[in-house]
Amino acid sequence: MQYTQIQINHDYVGLWTGHDFHPQFPSLATCSKELKECSGHVFVDSVPEFCLPETELIDMSTVDVILISNYHCMMALPYITEHTGFTGTVYATEPTLQIGRLLMEELVNFIERVPKAQSASLWKNKDVQRLLPSPLKDAVEVSTWRRCYSMQEVNSALSKIQLVGYSQKIELFGAVQVTPLSSGYALGSSNWVIQSHYEKVSYVSGSSLLTTHPQPMDQASLKNSDVLLLTGLTQIPTANPDGMVGEFCSNLALTVRNGGNVLVPCYPSGVIYDLLECLYQYIDSAGLSNVPFYFISPVANSSLEFSQIFAEWLCHNKQTKVYLPEPPFPHAELIQTNKLKHYPSIHGDFSNDFRQPCVVFTGHPSLRFGDVVHFLELWGKSSLNTVIFTEPDFSYLDALAPYQPLAMKCIYCPIDTRLNFIQVSKLLKEVQPLHVVCPEQYTQPPPTQSHRMDLMIDCQPPAMSYRRAEVLALPFKRRYEKIEIMPELADSLVPMEIKPGISLATVSAVLHTKDNKHVLQPPPRSTQPTSGKKRKRVSDDIPDCKVLKPLLSGSIPVEQFVQTLEKHGFSDIKVEDTAKGHIVLLQEAETLIQIEEDSTHIICDNDEMLRVRLRDLVLKFLQKF
Amino acid sequence: MDPECSRLLPALCAVLADPRQPMTDDTCLEKLLDWFKTVTETESSLLLLQENPCLVELLSQALKFQDVSSRILSFSLRLAGIFAAQENCFQFLQQGELLLGLFGEAGPLGLPAWNVPSVRSGWIQGLCSLAKHPSAEQFLVDCGAVDTIFSLQGDSSLFVASAASQLLVQVLSLSIQGRATPHLGSSDGDWPSCAQSIVGYLEESLRSGATPQITQALKVLTTTFGRCHHSWTEALWMRLSPLVTCLLEKDTVPTAHSLADLFLSMARSPTFGSSDCDLWVTLAQTLSCLSPTQAGPLALGILKLHVCPQALKTQAFDVLLQPLACVLEAAAQVPGSSGLPDGTGSNPTMADALLASTSSCAALLCQSLAHLGELQALPHSPRPWPQVLLLEATVMTLRFCSGSAVPISSVGGRLCGILASCIRVQRAALDFLGMLSQGTGPQESVTQVFAILLEYLRSPESSPTVLKKAFQATLRWLLSMSKACGSNNPDPHTQPFLRELFPVMQKRLCNPCWEVRDSALEFLTHLTTHWGGQPDFRQALLASDVPELTQQLLQDPEAYVRASAVTAMGQLASQGLHATPSGPEHPGAKQKSLPQELLHILSLDSEGFPRRAVMQVFTQWLQDGHPAMAEDLEQFMARVFQVVSRDLDWEVRVQGLELARVFLAQTLGPPDCPYAVALPAATPPTSPAEVLRTLGRVQLLEFAFRALFDCDRPVAQKSCDLLLLLRARTAPGGGLQGAECNPEAVTVEAALRAWQAGEQGQPLGELVPEVVVAILRTLDLEGLQATLAESSDHVEQSPRSLLQDMLAAVGALGGHEADCY
Repeated sequence: MQYTQIQINHDYVGLWTGHDFHPQFPSLATCSKELKECSGHVFVDSVPEFCLPETELIDMSTVDVILISNYHCMMALPYITEHTGFTGTVYATEPTLQIGRLLMEELVNFIERVPKAQSASLWKNKDVQRLLPSPLKDAVEVSTWRRCYSMQEVNSALSKIQLVGYSQKIELFGAVQVTPLSSGYALGSSNWVIQSHYEKVSYVSGSSLLTTHPQPMDQASLKNSDVLLLTGLTQIPTANPDGMVGEFCSNLALTVRNGGNVLVPCYPSGVIYDLLECLYQYIDSAGLSNVPFYFISPVANSSLEFSQIFAEWLCHNKQTKVYLPEPPFPHAELIQTNKLKHYPSIHGDFSNDFRQPCVVFTGHPSLRFGDVVHFLELWGKSSLNTVIFTEPDFSYLDALAPYQPLAMKCIYCPIDTRLNFIQVSKLLKEVQPLHVVCPEQYTQPPPTQSHRMDLMIDCQPPAMSYRRAEVLALPFKRRYEKIEIMPELADSLVPMEIKPGISLATVSAVLHTKDNKHVLQPPPRSTQPTSGKKRKRVSDDIPDCKVLKPLLSGSIPVEQFVQTLEKHGFSDIKVEDTAKGHIVLLQEAETLIQIEEDSTHIICDNDEMLRVRLRDLVLKFLQKF
Repeated sequence: MDPECSRLLPALCAVLADPRQPMTDDTCLEKLLDWFKTVTETESSLLLLQENPCLVELLSQALKFQDVSSRILSFSLRLAGIFAAQENCFQFLQQGELLLGLFGEAGPLGLPAWNVPSVRSGWIQGLCSLAKHPSAEQFLVDCGAVDTIFSLQGDSSLFVASAASQLLVQVLSLSIQGRATPHLGSSDGDWPSCAQSIVGYLEESLRSGATPQITQALKVLTTTFGRCHHSWTEALWMRLSPLVTCLLEKDTVPTAHSLADLFLSMARSPTFGSSDCDLWVTLAQTLSCLSPTQAGPLALGILKLHVCPQALKTQAFDVLLQPLACVLEAAAQVPGSSGLPDGTGSNPTMADALLASTSSCAALLCQSLAHLGELQALPHSPRPWPQVLLLEATVMTLRFCSGSAVPISSVGGRLCGILASCIRVQRAALDFLGMLSQGTGPQESVTQVFAILLEYLRSPESSPTVLKKAFQATLRWLLSMSKACGSNNPDPHTQPFLRELFPVMQKRLCNPCWEVRDSALEFLTHLTTHWGGQPDFRQALLASDVPELTQQLLQDPEAYVRASAVTAMGQLASQGLHATPSGPEHPGAKQKSLPQELLHILSLDSEGFPRRAVMQVFTQWLQDGHPAMAEDLEQFMARVFQVVSRDLDWEVRVQGLELARVFLAQTLGPPDCPYAVALPAATPPTSPAEVLRTLGRVQLLEFAFRALFDCDRPVAQKSCDLLLLLRARTAPGGGLQGAECNPEAVTVEAALRAWQAGEQGQPLGELVPEVVVAILRTLDLEGLQATLAESSDHVEQSPRSLLQDMLAAVGALGGHEADCY
């Protein structure tokens, strides 16, 4: 028999949702060849390495299922599927798989383009590391950091993904049913409902209530949850995406007007679609019609094209366009009119077409690899140029640190459309889960803004919080199981109405349990005693069905019972009230009848006849079935 | 009454009384009632009924309730009331028991029609009109109407309930004022019986404990004290005050708003304001026992009173200040160090109300800010006005809203959470901050004000509506600083502020949200209008990209933004701020092209707003003698008039005529004034013939003559005024002789007639001055002016027209009965 394992580990359930995969950038000490100093900061000169999800707590080979919430949080999948003994199934929607593949492909491409022979490892020595300056000395689990995976590993990992659609119910070993629901954050992004017949757990991660390109968040299906696991909230709760888009556009226009270039480090999918749409409407009003927009990524073309074909995963407005038929995203028109041009890299066609001033969207937003490095070196020395950070995943100051001193203007406009605390509060009021479970960070204001009581989850009952590597028991127990009755068995039942609308029937059956499904089957017909020599088969070893005593229900009204006793010739009857009921004392017969809520005892001195007579009188007041 | 109306009346009454011809238009019936009201104000109603017996018949017909529609029944009730307002007519109608039939218990009360609110409303309004004389009072008592009025207080229709309340006040007043009641005491016997029953009803309602009844009784009292200022109202209050003040003793006052209205109504009455009744004590007690939100409107009302004890005013002012005091206290680094004057400290109830929820906090702060803003604008605003405290509290509120406040106390933390990003409070606080610019403040406070304004102007989180308020507040503060320091003495705050402001403006002008771009342009226009001449301002503006960005917005996709950009560019150019430094990258030709660019907008913009704005700019430029207009003025004006005469938007054409008026005035020069002491001008005045030739060259005459017959009345009016001015100055008695018989004049007249007939016609071409004079004389401009001055529906508004329309509507005129359409 198989079973699912649901554990909470940091902010991951079952698997790995949330942003689990960040390049780590270390920094002077004894291993001077590995370390470099730049503007007062120390960096490790190495092939980029990645911090993997927590694997100490869970033996990944025992995990049956991985549920992927969105394409941003599946970047570590090859590490798990290829190197941990994981043999289970991975579920994800089609856009998640396809765009996830693009993100991984871009990453692998960026890393493989500039190969380095060796990883720096000396600095990882604990004795060395503790002597290094911050943040190197504070880096955790450095020994587990790994180099980037290969495309082969990516393909192998992705081949293990089973595609699912929104609201599709997937049975997991009969124990639970899981359903992906639209989370409104990205193309194909999902929240997951994990439910049994009587319990429902919702896993909400990376969701958005804003009207952007994806299908809106399905809130209704999250109702009646026993537990709602909440994670993947906005990383910048004080920045409103609308304001940030305004800031982005204004700075972009002002830079270009003054003859400067704009560099936007970004992922090849996601917010870039909304930014391009916003710019589509904006460039004419800002007089930017003649300014070229370049989108440079090994997967730029695929990303722009994929976005146009996932019609069923888009918001209503965009879906309607498909039927006109028009491309759902206006970037198609930008490409047609040559306002937006896309290239796989800065080499080749791009170097022929390149015209300044211009706006360049390229990766990687960490500024550690990818074509963005080239543009920073090209434009960094002029104060006319601007780099605008829109991805919230990285600290722009850390990202820019190795490029200092930099004359280029830096603007930070993080656009994070995920839920903020006000939206969470509205969502919880709407969904009304019995319990909310979330990371500890969400239950207190951010350390830098401890007075901002509005930047935390405020719900009743208070949310249960968990820390990194903490195992938490969810606040519910499985108390009921659903059992099916075979039709022929159901036919044989004779229900008795004991109260209006309530009928009871006794049932004698065999409980058959397989793959967490329970079925009541008719009991085997009683077998004739076989000849003594033939050995009984194990399967026949079922207890004989004896004639069962009927079940009794009801209560005994004392006054009427006494009257009945008197009618039947008993006299000198006394009734005493006790804490649990009554005692009827037949003094003459030296007999006691204790009547309690759930039991009646007849105590008489070896007079079986009398006992049976009294028993029958008691039974007259009770229902039998 | 007009004999023609009198002639039409029988037919109309027959139509109204005929259930087969339902009158569907309520407005006609309303107009008819208005007319009868006007007629009875000057004529005897009795005579009217005697001369027009059809009216009595119409009223009698209403008694046959089954046959009459609810509309006509309601109309008849109101009409009967209008006639019965005159006592002799009342007696006349009473003789026929008509009134009793309409308003008595045998009337519509028990019929299904009574369920229609308009019938109940008609019944009340009829009685309201009727209850004007002593006979009416007795009638009301006799027909049992008073009890019905009581029951209508709680009517499901708010209009009916409100009218019933008004009627009750009227009946009470009629009952008491009609008698010689030297002393009204608490005993029932002192009061006239009708008044006694009403007072008894009010007492019962106040004692009932049921909120709706109490509210109704309080409303009746409020209206009574608001309307009647006789001494009996004081006696009424003496009798009812124990019951009313009792309401204040409950834990939560259920009818707080009604009580506040009542006390304020009394406080405004001369009867109570000067008396020795305990009104002021009651008001003080009410202020202290109402919840903070309920007490706000009462406090504002008290502070608006002209006569009121100072102690009460201080208490009321404190109520309004408390929410802001709470904000200051919450923001104080050390508890109790908020710098509040004694007695202004926040109280726990206020703090609880503020911290209860976002909605209650926002409501309370917005109310307080709005009330204080209203008070600040009053000539008798509370003194001493705590300007510094208010400045600090408002700035602190804005900081709580933006999240930039770093409070230490837990209350501050909670307030921070509640107010974060609360747009409603931000808007109210910015509005109030702007109003506070009228007063002065210490250097430190002013610095804080400019800092918070800049924070809001700069913040990407500011919503478009908040930003607009921030622009308005900034403008008010800049103007106030400018006034305080004088134009030659730059204020220490403004120079650094302006340096910071223009980079922010640049960003706002590039904002993707059109509302933001529009607000920024409007702000720039105001700023330039007031500050365009100041060197600091000019320097800061020219050092930025703002002029170029503004010019770019002339091509904005949003019409409102284009219109604002036109106005802003017009203002910048007026102040010489449009000029860009000459250089290879900024060719000087740009400035010259602005009029052409605006002309281009006037010719081709599909929306009216930008075109109207262009015309306003041209008019302003011409008035100011802007150099851009001086070059080749005639050719430019000719082009403008040619374009504007074809514009489809009448407001643009009116603006065009305004431009024509300014041009004409400038061409004519100042009028000759026999008493003028000014020295004669160096250049001799232009001759009328030369003026007319100029006007012909610039196409002004063609435009004005065409506009004279414009289908839009304001255009025709403006043109008529313009041509009258022209005629007065160029073709008075002497001077140029007209050429009435000139064949050219005949052709022009024919063209004008064609235009008048709505035909397109041929252009007039260049006109000889004599022909123009002849046409100006031929045209009956005064007659045309008089016709245009009357509103377009002046004919239709006459009573005769009304009666004819009503008859025509039912086909009773001209024997169209056979029409079966």
